[in-house]
Amino acid sequence: MDAESLLLSLELASGSGQGLSPDRRASLLTSLLLVKRDYRYHRVLFWGRILGIIADYYIAQGLSEDQLAPRKTLYSLNCMEWSLLPPATEEMALQTSVVTGRFMGDPSHEYEHTEMQKVKDGEKVFEEEVVVQIKEETRLVSIIDQIDKAVAVIPRGALFKTPLGPIHVNRTFEGLSLSEAKKLSSYFHFREPVELKNKTLLEKADLDPSLDFMDSLEHDIPKGSWSIQMERGNALVVLRSLLWPGLTFYHAPRTKNCGYIYVGTGEKNIDLPFML
Amino acid sequence: MEDVASLNQEKENQELEEVVPPWEDMTAVSSKDPEPELLQPFESELGMESESQGRSSTPPSPQATVGTSLDEVAGPGALSPHFPLKEGSSMPSPLALDRQDFAAPSPAQSDKKPSVIPESVPQHSDHLEQSSDAMKENTFQQSQLPELHLFEEPREAGHNNFKQKELRFDFLEEEDSNSYYDLSQPEPGACELVPSMLDIAIQNAKAYLLKTSSSSGLNLYDHLSNMLTRILDERPENAVDIIENISQDVKMAHFSKKLDTLQNENEMLPAYEIAEKQKALFLQGNLEGADQELEEEIVENCLPNVMESAFYFEQAGVGLGTDETYRIFLALKQLTDTHPIHKCRFWGKILGMEMNYIVAEVEFREGEDEEEVEEEDVVEERDNGESEAGEDDEDELPRSFHKAPQAIPKEESRMGTNKYVYFVCNEPGRPWVKLPSVTPAQIVIARKIKKFFTGRLDAPIISYPPFPGNESNYLRAQIARISAGTHVSPLGFYQFGEEEGEEEEEVESGRDSFEENPDFEGIQVVDLVESLSNWVHHVQHILPQGRCNWFNPIQKSEEEEEEEDEEEEEKEDPDYFEQEVGPPLLTPISEDLEIQNIPPWTTRLSSNLIPQYAIAVLRSNLWPGAYAFSNGKKFENFYVGWGHKYSPDNYTPPAPPAVQQEYPSGPEITEMDDPSVEEEQAFRAAQAATELPVEENEETEEEEDEEDDYDQ
Repeated sequence: MDAESLLLSLELASGSGQGLSPDRRASLLTSLLLVKRDYRYHRVLFWGRILGIIADYYIAQGLSEDQLAPRKTLYSLNCMEWSLLPPATEEMALQTSVVTGRFMGDPSHEYEHTEMQKVKDGEKVFEEEVVVQIKEETRLVSIIDQIDKAVAVIPRGALFKTPLGPIHVNRTFEGLSLSEAKKLSSYFHFREPVELKNKTLLEKADLDPSLDFMDSLEHDIPKGSWSIQMERGNALVVLRSLLWPGLTFYHAPRTKNCGYIYVGTGEKNIDLPFML
Repeated sequence: MEDVASLNQEKENQELEEVVPPWEDMTAVSSKDPEPELLQPFESELGMESESQGRSSTPPSPQATVGTSLDEVAGPGALSPHFPLKEGSSMPSPLALDRQDFAAPSPAQSDKKPSVIPESVPQHSDHLEQSSDAMKENTFQQSQLPELHLFEEPREAGHNNFKQKELRFDFLEEEDSNSYYDLSQPEPGACELVPSMLDIAIQNAKAYLLKTSSSSGLNLYDHLSNMLTRILDERPENAVDIIENISQDVKMAHFSKKLDTLQNENEMLPAYEIAEKQKALFLQGNLEGADQELEEEIVENCLPNVMESAFYFEQAGVGLGTDETYRIFLALKQLTDTHPIHKCRFWGKILGMEMNYIVAEVEFREGEDEEEVEEEDVVEERDNGESEAGEDDEDELPRSFHKAPQAIPKEESRMGTNKYVYFVCNEPGRPWVKLPSVTPAQIVIARKIKKFFTGRLDAPIISYPPFPGNESNYLRAQIARISAGTHVSPLGFYQFGEEEGEEEEEVESGRDSFEENPDFEGIQVVDLVESLSNWVHHVQHILPQGRCNWFNPIQKSEEEEEEEDEEEEEKEDPDYFEQEVGPPLLTPISEDLEIQNIPPWTTRLSSNLIPQYAIAVLRSNLWPGAYAFSNGKKFENFYVGWGHKYSPDNYTPPAPPAVQQEYPSGPEITEMDDPSVEEEQAFRAAQAATELPVEENEETEEEEDEEDDYDQ
């Protein structure tokens, strides 16, 4: 959710029970403004929070003018002092994939993971236990990246592709119409397209290149990994990810208000097929 | 139509000719000498061409395209497209000129043209004279046309009669090169046969421009053409400066008749429907009238102060939005007004895939419970019927020894898991639905499955251990589990009711009821945060059996019990249950089990900045979404989430039940070999030895044998 319209956004997203206490709200409004100034971001998003056992991580993201450019991620434990996280890499994701369970809430906490490694000693090959230490900060980076890639959502038309390539916020976006708001195909993944290149020419024929430059949600695997609800009559559409429970996307149809917030444990719901 | 088309072409030609006189010479020089016998076919073809153009508006050639689009755009007045033509592409103009010009005097067209040309005279009389001269001069260029025509026809068929003004420039350039190319090299390009991406893009763009606005009934395409028509008609000096005004004028001048006699029906949006229902919530106070106020004041205490606890939960960073909470508050008021409710509480919200559930926990007033007949009785009866049938000894064939595992009866209302009654609704304002009471079997199965709620209470639950019931039962079971796990209060707030405790002595865990401690003095918030032992469960633990109070499944069948007493080894039978014991009521949560090194609860202060007014916030790690707060004196529990238990490992479906062993091969199964001759002879010999004394008996036996044979 946009840092500037934080209060309205929080109110809209509150249907899932994920709010912020008044002091957190106030401090976020103050500190995100400073973050925007200090890091010279074009736009600052309040991304959400990851619930730890001892403390929670509050996450914010800074966007440059090109909306799809790699985002900078910051975290804070008290909503005032923000620290920049390093960019996520494939290696990190691989490394942290062995860690399960809850976050502790201490960035310097180290998870210990023992794994068997084959060690060659001369001609003999024997297995040896190696203890790998993984910092929680690394895991945090990797989880945020995974969530962003998997379930960050933007309605169709909110961004447009400029002729020169960069993707900008569409000022003429006036919200989805009611009929569009009920369809998953009107929502896109807020990330570089992956599936789009694999589409056939026939499928691409109907796409508008200036708007349809991202992957739409409707082809997500497994089918049914989104819950789409109209709340308050039709005044609010809420998408909840079932794959990453805790991610809520809200959009008030026919207005510009939209955004997403993640409040959860930072664990993927791998039981989804059993639960549908 | 034809007339108009040709008229436009005429005008275009006039314009073009005016602009590019030098080209006439050039093309004249470059072009070959016309072959006389070819001339006639061309004329006729051209005539056909202009006809088809008139009918279907399919532009036969780039130049004619301009003409057609023109005529589509605005008719006689809209000459604007010539401007790009003049500036950007002078090349094709001689060609177009030639072609159109020669068409005019041709016999095929002669009957139409003369009537057309005079019409244009008033507007462009000066041009006409020039062009008519030019016409005659340029007829020699006809020979170019067949090539051009052949070349252009296939591709023109591809794009349907549209041309967008912005794109015309590119388009014409393309055509220029084509026609130029055509002059020097008569071979048609094969690639041109396929409609290019550009064509499709143009098509889409035009379709977009032609989209009719629902409010004014106009489309941008018509509007632009009307504007341009007007500009060209009036020829203002500073067209670019007053374009906005012109646009406005054109719009205002637009006369729209309401053609549609159908009346627009007002949309019945679900938003209105729910607003109508919620209106009832807000109005309920007024409707009841003043005379009931006194009564209400007395009964009012059964309504919880939702807003107050919502305020505290907001400090903790949980809870629904303010307006939603207030609506729920009103909905709870509606519930307490319409039901004989003694105590009511806002339990929480369970998220579903299509709709959510708002859950209210109520206790009915004494003696006013609504009794209901459950299906369970029917099931029990059926079981009895089976067992009775099993006692029949007349049937020779053995029947199934398998007995359904002892059905554990559900707890009485107001007891154990059914202590409270739960009402749910999808949205505040919608009707409250009472959930059925929970059975132990449902709880046991619900522990083994993990399903998302859909939001429809009658949705079936399809799961591997078959769930006895639909979603309302599953919801009720999850509510019971969550309540038992996460409803906590500060130590000392509740105490055991003394009289009741004595009554229930027979139950092992002793006391299962409690009352508020009138002498409770509150606990320091800091203590509540620092020590988990200051929080206690005030809802009974649910045993693995699915009940809070132990029910001995063996006791019930009395005859079997007697048998069991005789045979001591029966005790090792898997049917035998050791009494399950759970933690008693009001056990501190510090004794809760850890989830694989993860503490089951997280506590914190709501604010580190102003600790003196902060409250203690408790969060369950076992049931994500369950919260409790206490400010020392008050406390409340709240759940919002998907209704699932947390586990660090992923869900594993329960293993299939063990396969039944076959009957062990023993003396009852195996048979002896057939008696051999030797054995029989030995037997005879043995019999013969004893035969003498019992001869009489043998005779009778033989007779019986014979009788048997007859029977068979």
